[in-house]
Amino acid sequence: MTALLEVRNLRLSYPSRGWRSKTPEVLRGVSLEIAPGDTLGLVGESGSGKTTLGRAILGLATPTAGTITFDGRDITHLGPKQRRSLARDIQVVFQDPYTSLNPTLTIADILAEPLIAQGTDPAEARTSVGRLLDQVGMPVDALHRYPREFSGGQRQRVAIARALALEPRLIVCDEPVSALDLSTQARVLDLLIDIQRRTGVAYLFITHDLAVVRHVSHRIAVMYRGELVETGDTAAVTTSPSNDYTRNLLLASPTADPDRQRERREARRLARSAAASA
Amino acid sequence: MTVPDVDTATAPVVETAVRPRRGAWRRLLRKPLGIGALLVLVAIIVLGLLEPVLSQHDSALANLQKVNADVGEPGYLLGADQFGRDIWARVLSSINVSVASALIGAGVAVVLGTVFGLIAGYIGKRTGATLSWVFELLMTFPALILILVLQPVTGGSYKVTMVIFGVFLAPGLFRLVRNLVVGVRNELYVDAARVAGLSNRRILSRHVLYVVRGPIIITAAFLGTAAIGVQAGLAFLGVGSSQQVSFGAMTADAFGNIYVKPVQMVWPSLFLALLTGSLVLLGNAYRDVLAAPQGAVAPGGRRAKRRPAAASPSAPGDVLPQDVTAGDHAPSVGSAATATVAALAAAESAGGALLAVRNLRVGYPQVDGSVRDVVKGVSLDVAAGEIVGLVGESGSGKSQTAFSILGLLPRQARVTADVLRVDGQDLQGLGPGGMGKLRGSVLAYIPQEPMANLDPSFTIGSQLVEGLRGIPKREAEQTVLDLLDRVGIVDPRRTFKSYPHQISGGMAQRALIAGAVAPRPKLLIADEPTTALDVTVQAEILDLLRDLQNEFHMGVLLVTHNFGVVADLCDRVLVMQEGELVEGGDVRSIFHAPQHPYTQQLIGAILDEETVRTDPTPTSTGTTAPALTKGGAR
Repeated sequence: MTALLEVRNLRLSYPSRGWRSKTPEVLRGVSLEIAPGDTLGLVGESGSGKTTLGRAILGLATPTAGTITFDGRDITHLGPKQRRSLARDIQVVFQDPYTSLNPTLTIADILAEPLIAQGTDPAEARTSVGRLLDQVGMPVDALHRYPREFSGGQRQRVAIARALALEPRLIVCDEPVSALDLSTQARVLDLLIDIQRRTGVAYLFITHDLAVVRHVSHRIAVMYRGELVETGDTAAVTTSPSNDYTRNLLLASPTADPDRQRERREARRLARSAAASA
Repeated sequence: MTVPDVDTATAPVVETAVRPRRGAWRRLLRKPLGIGALLVLVAIIVLGLLEPVLSQHDSALANLQKVNADVGEPGYLLGADQFGRDIWARVLSSINVSVASALIGAGVAVVLGTVFGLIAGYIGKRTGATLSWVFELLMTFPALILILVLQPVTGGSYKVTMVIFGVFLAPGLFRLVRNLVVGVRNELYVDAARVAGLSNRRILSRHVLYVVRGPIIITAAFLGTAAIGVQAGLAFLGVGSSQQVSFGAMTADAFGNIYVKPVQMVWPSLFLALLTGSLVLLGNAYRDVLAAPQGAVAPGGRRAKRRPAAASPSAPGDVLPQDVTAGDHAPSVGSAATATVAALAAAESAGGALLAVRNLRVGYPQVDGSVRDVVKGVSLDVAAGEIVGLVGESGSGKSQTAFSILGLLPRQARVTADVLRVDGQDLQGLGPGGMGKLRGSVLAYIPQEPMANLDPSFTIGSQLVEGLRGIPKREAEQTVLDLLDRVGIVDPRRTFKSYPHQISGGMAQRALIAGAVAPRPKLLIADEPTTALDVTVQAEILDLLRDLQNEFHMGVLLVTHNFGVVADLCDRVLVMQEGELVEGGDVRSIFHAPQHPYTQQLIGAILDEETVRTDPTPTSTGTTAPALTKGGAR
């Protein structure tokens, strides 16, 4: 199976302010692969660099070293023009559905925009946006409304529809359900899985929530302070992690069952005291 | 958020839509000030444009027979000046000169400021820095003196003068636009547009300019006024061509003639005042329209949370008072929900509870005069030493319930209850002072976002010491240091001296918890205390809360949406939906045998630990297998 996306030894530090200050590296040699139609869950805490990795793949952040290869083509440092044409292949769904949609544009404008930017005839673009809304389970009469008329879950559906507009092969999902309520979250996740099965799109699914990542990912990569500490099949990583940090993460995330959570708590305390005495 | 979360495919429109694109102007026209100013402005401009029709003489034509003619002289509507020129004709011409001045001055400033502001703000880095430097240099020039010095170059033409003046007005707009663009540039929708393959020019014109156009229009109105004023002022002083008619020249002439015909002073002044006044008022009205909330803003839990609340448990009396009036909301709603609540209330005797709430209602007055209830008759108890979880989705009213007990709701909130008691003390009728005292002793609060609840300009230590009143300073410091040590802060002395930005979110939450438990409260209200924290830090904070609760035998009301947190801490769970309590009970029975359909739906939406995605990728098999298998067996 050839990789759709291949990241090799990626390093990134944001430009420093002032000439004497040193900035710590955000990414410290990250390597990963995503196969076509695959979902790679990228788990990590805030500040671990997971969002930065996603932005580097999207061309929104510039790596200092390493390569990003998409479908055999080096896309680490693309000029603006090539980057724009890559929009057909790589798309994004952001965390916050309240700021990722321009409040002054109608849903139809928002959805037609990527199509028109890629040279689709505006009239033709307008007819296909209805189909996009249908794909994400939204009524067509939503087209002429504004984002603020919709709830968080509905807005996230619109954001997903926008990502689907160009029929990309990879979607970077940056915490797409963290801002949503529990039941909404489950429905949006099901929608994402369903779309993947219909279209064969691959996801890089960035999240801090282990339950979510378990639900959608074929494989999981665990990130800690700018490095991947563990990568593997979802079941393997979440049941028998080989890395201490991953184990810690699993024990720390509370399970929604009082008795099992008590066990997990005890296990975590034991692990911690063992680590302290070692 | 403010919108009830309906995620069904046919969700109704929940807010009356006010469309900003066309709507801003329409709303401006509905404003008396806006429509008035606009009418005056348009009328004056039209008068100027119709000059050839409305006046019978050329504005420069001097008729010696009409020197100082009176108002109403045939053919001389406003009389004639000391040279026998038709004042009415001169006024109309002056209007055109003023309007042209405003258009040229503000136009040059808007074009220069907007174009370079967009470039500097969006591209940033070196280009931005260079442009900023150039415009700042421009600001240091004394514009008026330069205009006077450059008179030989301009040849006395007011138009050229206004172009130069416009250049000097540009830095103000440049700075405004650059700052606005810097703010917009980092919005996610701009990132999304870049990922969607839009060119920079398209992003700037479609996404960025849209957001910044309002402030640009407002500023342009003021700059136009400034241009009119400067042009008139220069002409009054006699700078520029003496042939050029303008309000400035007219007032200068009238001034010289003031002892003969004082009324001549009135006409240019009046029209000049009307023109600039209406322009300024129009700008103001447009700003008001843009700043006004669009439609009714419902009180959202999150909105309330953002407000800096009690940093220390003994928040001083700076919190907003709320109307707590005795229950004039009789339990009249005979719905099934009320019955459930009544049953719940009956099941638990209100007598010995640490916190007793009966039929609590929280409402917010709406624009149309009605009151929108966000909490609709909630009754609950918390016993000493008990941890009660209050769960629900956003908009369910759980935070509003907690805040009404703390007395931390916004001023406009209408809170009523049959019973609202903490530790036997009635909260209703307690003034803000009384509530403050209560929060400093019996009642404590832990917020969702620790950083937002610490003042960035004071050290952690000083903020915590402030909370301990009536204790000598040295003793209070020692108490705080001990508490910081108790909540698991490794180097208490260093944290004591740190400012909030120097510590992590987890540390800040520990410090706030230390502050909350300092006065040994009996009831602790925690509002999503771990939502903003990483999962490993969350586990530690939960441990800490459990230990402290055991140690001090506190009652805890824990507001959360996270069922993992509930399972970890709570003895009892109350489920809220749309302002009502739908179910309550022991934590195990809620998780294992939920009764109410909504609770069942919530519990069902929890992502199962055993469910691991195992369907192969479509490309590897070409078939679709069942996506999820129970048990995670592989």
